[in-house]
Amino acid sequence: MTPNTSPYLSPNKMLNWSKKNLFSSWVNTIMTVIALIFLYEVGTFFLNWAIFKADFINNFRGETITDRTFCSKNIEVGQHGACWAIIFVRFHQFMYGFYPVEEAWRVNLVYAFLPFALIGVLFDKLPLRRVFLYFTFAFPFIAYFMLYGGPGLSVVATNKWGGLLVTLFLGVTGIALAFPLSILLALGRRSNMPIVKSICVVFIEFIRGVPLITLLFTANVMLPLFLPEGVKPDNLLRALVAVTLFQSAYMAEAIRGGLQAIPKGQIEAAQSLGLNYWQTTRKIILPQALKIAIPPIVNTCIGLFKDTSLVLIIGLFDLLGIGRAALSDITWTKLYYEVYVFVSLIFFIFCFGMSRYSLYLEKKLKTDNS
Amino acid sequence: MTIIKTLFASMILTLGLATANAGTLDVVKERGNLICGSNTGLAGFGNPNDAGVWEGIDVDVCRAVAAAVFGDASKVEYVPLTSKVRFTSLQSGEVDMLSRNTTWTLQRDVELGLEFVGVNYYDGQGFMVRKDLGVSSATELDGASVCIQVGTTTEMNLADYFSANGMSYESIPVETNAEADAAYLAGRCDIYTTDASGLYASRAGYPDPSAHIVLPEIVSKEPLGPSVRGNDSEWADVVRWSLNAMIIAEEKGITSGNVDDMIANSPDPETQRLLGVKAGYGAWLGLSDDWAANIIRQVGNYSESFEKHIGVNTPINIARGLNALYKDGGILYAPPFR
Repeated sequence: MTPNTSPYLSPNKMLNWSKKNLFSSWVNTIMTVIALIFLYEVGTFFLNWAIFKADFINNFRGETITDRTFCSKNIEVGQHGACWAIIFVRFHQFMYGFYPVEEAWRVNLVYAFLPFALIGVLFDKLPLRRVFLYFTFAFPFIAYFMLYGGPGLSVVATNKWGGLLVTLFLGVTGIALAFPLSILLALGRRSNMPIVKSICVVFIEFIRGVPLITLLFTANVMLPLFLPEGVKPDNLLRALVAVTLFQSAYMAEAIRGGLQAIPKGQIEAAQSLGLNYWQTTRKIILPQALKIAIPPIVNTCIGLFKDTSLVLIIGLFDLLGIGRAALSDITWTKLYYEVYVFVSLIFFIFCFGMSRYSLYLEKKLKTDNS
Repeated sequence: MTIIKTLFASMILTLGLATANAGTLDVVKERGNLICGSNTGLAGFGNPNDAGVWEGIDVDVCRAVAAAVFGDASKVEYVPLTSKVRFTSLQSGEVDMLSRNTTWTLQRDVELGLEFVGVNYYDGQGFMVRKDLGVSSATELDGASVCIQVGTTTEMNLADYFSANGMSYESIPVETNAEADAAYLAGRCDIYTTDASGLYASRAGYPDPSAHIVLPEIVSKEPLGPSVRGNDSEWADVVRWSLNAMIIAEEKGITSGNVDDMIANSPDPETQRLLGVKAGYGAWLGLSDDWAANIIRQVGNYSESFEKHIGVNTPINIARGLNALYKDGGILYAPPFR
């Protein structure tokens, strides 16, 4: 790392910085120039394709695009860029799946309140944090009622859910449920009680030993076999169970890594102060262990969020599945780039957000002794 | 792995046997809707449209069954199934029937314990070439390069066909349909081969579909049809005759447009039996007498369904060919309705 980390204070400083870092030798200069040319070429190509030459709702003749033959690029080959109309026309499906159009406000309401439910957990300096935390605990029930329905609201069965709704539902709920479970598993694995320990070890190793796709398949096909006849748990619920178990095993190992990094002296010191096991764990061990484990925990969360797209194999249309279904429609077929770019952009926003948050958390929790 | 697979399969089969005793037709009637295993998205055969409504000729079979059972073709819940899970889903009772371009084979019919109730699309492996190649028959393809999906039965069919005709070819292996399209369009191969319906669907998405032709030779048999669990012949009959009703309606010239007119005026005895003018036939299936009339009114006859979703006036542009009625040079044939 260069010591000069804030080059943007004055033009002079910027010049100095670039001289030092980009043009320090002729090899470096050539590399810089090549990299700039490359970035320029790729950047202009992409921007032209994605924005300047692209169709959004109308094509270059001003007609509204209702199927792929109206896309400018299919009228004048080579002259035009992306045809985003597929996203606009199928926006409802991308966001809500087959959720009834007139009920979509319920999902919007949940989307709108999701940040308020998360913010209290994520930021501790928040004013009125206690109120936000109450809301966080109430939110799952409110969200369930809003999404699924109940007294006063029509029921929208989960097979109508899809797109971003399914992706977020599985991702957020899976991570939220897996977190407490994984702490228990990690503690259990380090416990002195042989039965607890072996149960945790077997569980973690079994789940980690099989791919998520197998777990999903098992949850989908095998689960009905163990339940009494006629009881058919919801498809989405089965996927959620599989995703949660999978995530908790991986997170447990990440947390165990954090636990192992805590010197034994910490535990002994806590015990000599007369703290019992739970007090020691809650007040001394976990705060430190979780801090150390932040990067791997976030890593598994990001991994899980992306892995939710595997649920397509058990017949749930997540964001990617909806995109694929759109591509299979003969009115839109072959607009691969548009659909995949859009889907990856959404995944990127969420995953990048998680990654930035973990950086913020690491910085905030950084103390001199670690 | 194989042992575990077999074990799983047999457990699922046992379960399938256990649940099916309830009688699928009664279960479906009591539930109030039909759960139909559909494709995760195949143009013209089964996929959700812009409004989220499922469409396609496979979907129409599901709708026909719902129309027969409930008198309402919209009472279907679609469960999109990948080719990996389709059979287990059917066997475990997740879905009442499967209608998702599935080839009827001995192994599936017998070993997997399914019952194929008929054929709603006769498919087969075909070849697509660029028109400017000037080829009109697959026998002129000696020495050509072929884009082919690895590890499929099409690969073996291709080898058989070329060696049987004393020709040679250069294989260009690809993984997916999308990759095959790209390779073929980029000119990396002269021929693209897969099931003919897939070729037509691919071609519909090309920048200039008219520059490509699908050659007339079909080198394999791929009869696609709906299937149900193999131990419930009452339910199998309902699905079978729902499909047959669509085919017979085409034979008799009954369409969604003229069905009410036919009920009132047709002198033809078979038409009268089909449309419930002569009562008693629906009861044999456990249905009302107007079950077939409901199918035709709401879904249409076979020809209407075909032309609407994959026929020559759609972008997919498939001629009836083998799927024409036996009277019109095809092999589509339903047993008599009596």
